[in-house]
Amino acid sequence: MVRSLSKINHTVWGGGLVIFLLLFLTIGTLIAVVCRIESISGLTRSEWLAIRFTIYQSFASAVISVLLAIPVSRAFSRRNFVGRKILITFLGAPFILPVIVAILGLVLVFGNSGLIKNIFNLDRLSIYGVHGVILAHVFFNLPLATRLLLQGWASIPSERLRLAQSLGFTPVNFFFHLELPMLRRFVPGIFLIIFLICTTSFAVALALGGGPKSTTIELAIYQAFRFDFNLSRVAILSILQITICGLLAIFSFWVAVPVSYGGGLDRLRPQASGGRTVDLIFGTFAVIFLCLPLIMIVFRGSGFLFSIPSTVIFAAMRSILVALAATALSIIMTLYLASLSVYYSRRFEIFGYLPIATSPLVVGTGLFMMFYNWIDPVSIALPVAVVVNSMMCLPFSLKIITPAFFDVERDFGKLATSLNMTGWSKFKLLIWPRLKGPVGFSAGLSAALSMGDLGVIVLFSDPTLSTLPMEIYRLMIAYRMDDAYGAAVLLLLLSVLFFWIFDRGGRTNYNS
Amino acid sequence: MKLITTIAFFIMATSTGWTKPVLTVYAPDYFTSEWGPGPKIEKAFEEVCKCDLSYVSGDLLPRLMIEGKRTKADIVIGLNTDVTFKARKLDIFSSHGQDTSDLTMPVKWNDTIFLPFDWSHTAFIYDNKKLKNPPKSFDELLNSNSDLRIIIQDPRTSISGLALVLWVKSIYGESSREAFEKLALKTLTVTKGWSESYGMFTEGEADMVLSYTTSPAYHIIAENDFSKSAAIFPEGHYFFTELAAMTNTSREPKLAKSFMEFILSETFQKMIPTGNWSFPAKLDPGKLPTGFTNLNMPTKALFYNEADAQKYRDIVIEEWLEAFQK
Repeated sequence: MVRSLSKINHTVWGGGLVIFLLLFLTIGTLIAVVCRIESISGLTRSEWLAIRFTIYQSFASAVISVLLAIPVSRAFSRRNFVGRKILITFLGAPFILPVIVAILGLVLVFGNSGLIKNIFNLDRLSIYGVHGVILAHVFFNLPLATRLLLQGWASIPSERLRLAQSLGFTPVNFFFHLELPMLRRFVPGIFLIIFLICTTSFAVALALGGGPKSTTIELAIYQAFRFDFNLSRVAILSILQITICGLLAIFSFWVAVPVSYGGGLDRLRPQASGGRTVDLIFGTFAVIFLCLPLIMIVFRGSGFLFSIPSTVIFAAMRSILVALAATALSIIMTLYLASLSVYYSRRFEIFGYLPIATSPLVVGTGLFMMFYNWIDPVSIALPVAVVVNSMMCLPFSLKIITPAFFDVERDFGKLATSLNMTGWSKFKLLIWPRLKGPVGFSAGLSAALSMGDLGVIVLFSDPTLSTLPMEIYRLMIAYRMDDAYGAAVLLLLLSVLFFWIFDRGGRTNYNS
Repeated sequence: MKLITTIAFFIMATSTGWTKPVLTVYAPDYFTSEWGPGPKIEKAFEEVCKCDLSYVSGDLLPRLMIEGKRTKADIVIGLNTDVTFKARKLDIFSSHGQDTSDLTMPVKWNDTIFLPFDWSHTAFIYDNKKLKNPPKSFDELLNSNSDLRIIIQDPRTSISGLALVLWVKSIYGESSREAFEKLALKTLTVTKGWSESYGMFTEGEADMVLSYTTSPAYHIIAENDFSKSAAIFPEGHYFFTELAAMTNTSREPKLAKSFMEFILSETFQKMIPTGNWSFPAKLDPGKLPTGFTNLNMPTKALFYNEADAQKYRDIVIEEWLEAFQK
């Protein structure tokens, strides 16, 4: 009893601290910005257009990403072939590319002088327009949706699949009895997370959208901040953005239905007998669509990989340190928040999604305003990058770890209690072995994301302590496109490597 | 823990700083990067000033607006006329005290606060091996029937994009709206910043890109590639200059003043062409690298002073938006 109480306190304290930190970094920084407002004015016509476009393209991108991810992830989950794991690792790469590199990669494939146009001689095809924005967002988010859904498929115990097979289930039976309940549990959350990511994107939207018709709220925030330094607009637009995202978050929580398949024995999954053609079509489509732009970037940049300047190497090492620290912090925060939502209330999970809805510009500005009187912002540039990166990774880790955590508690919690297994021994013997897979995956994703993230931005940058993505931008602005591509390939390789190491470490005795 | 060590280091660094005075210079990120002019300038100035020049990089205007009178900057370098209106109102700058009567710029300069250190014009850059008949005037660009495709930057997020809309306004005046509508038809896409545009252009995505008259110099000097040219229009090109100023809150006013002097010195000015890929504000043309002396240059420079630029800016951006959102 005493021991379980101490565990509860531990969870509450740790989880409470995480929620406090999240609120501080998202809402707190916004309040700091609001405090500097001098006047308030209504929204302009183009800002209304921006809101409409943001919602429209985010919705479309999220729907398409999720709809495609369902057959793609099903193909990957029920087929076993040589190189499957490596392929799954590489499929995660588009998600972690720096925006500018991703744009150029897509243009190299789908652009006016791109691969597709050259091969098929399609003169009228143009990537630019709303479809270009959605194409880019699907390119970014299909891999994420696929990886998250792979976990969903893995959550159906293989014993249930065997039972279904022995009962002679048709594909339709399979779908309604096993697959649909899993999708109802996983899809709303995945949809939400992709919708949120798309609302805060703007460089991609503008460049591939073909112009200011494709303006998102985030662009308006950037404009208000950088050009006019109009903090009231920054604040109003951020509040709007958070509100839209918040409403959607509540909706998706309301739609998601918990499901129970009961515990399994982690046996090898049976290969599905039917649907081979469908799997082949979707699997091949995903590989081609997601890998081509990456291959083009590697093709374009690898020649310059060995001639990149030494500062880029140092920047890369700095990025690695930031990424590792951010990953560790992010995983710890996720475990606390996840246990809070498992043992107390699911509602706590919602705090974890705040970071995607907030504008990094607002976070950076707010932090700067709070601290510049006390500490030299430059001297804390890297620690701030670690904290903010870990916060930005939290929603993804949470999405990956929480469902697995729920399952462990639901399937084995009562057993553990009856065996009087609590506290550390419960975590070590029961929870950790079953969370290792998801933790490894989210650590890999966080490490890769923090490698690719541009850091907290402008106000905290230190000219002598740059990170790899900053170097890529600097090389580009100094006209050194070749070196920039070389550095981009380095970033890509490092991100994939880290992703692979963590993901593999977590998968030693868990087949996802 | 990390925070504590950082703070400790910071205190140590500031307390041992007394041996040498420190000149704090705020500059944009591109300026202070290894490939910008910053590091060379730092070295050259430290040799003569017996001081420590320390850069703080990032967005200048937001940072100055937040800090106001409490800014730690002694010098701010890399501002441009689009933000000086707001920066001036902060009342944190003092007079630069330099003679600007003999600058080598196409525009007369008599601002006593903001001192120019380089200049260029906005221009459309094309590949002269692929585009044999570039438009010979802005009018031709807008009105020709060719399916010319250009990439530009968004005036709401990019300085060069803003320069473009002011350029159109200074040529077309009252009829700028129609000009934007025609420009929109030629525009393949609009990007957030210059890097995306230029990157897409060098990959062959479009025929022309909005950049600067000095851009070909990079390809000529650094890559020995003569295929990039600026299309020169008789209507004139929008003049673009970058500025520096010293703060009146500086604790090292003498040092700051000597840096302002240094800006117009030949040592500094000679670093600009191949450091910043633009023209130095005060350098005898004979002393320019050959890649620069042979560049195609417009005969007419168009320029709005700070007050006019401020007056037109919002109107022109709105016109541009309406034309491009159609």
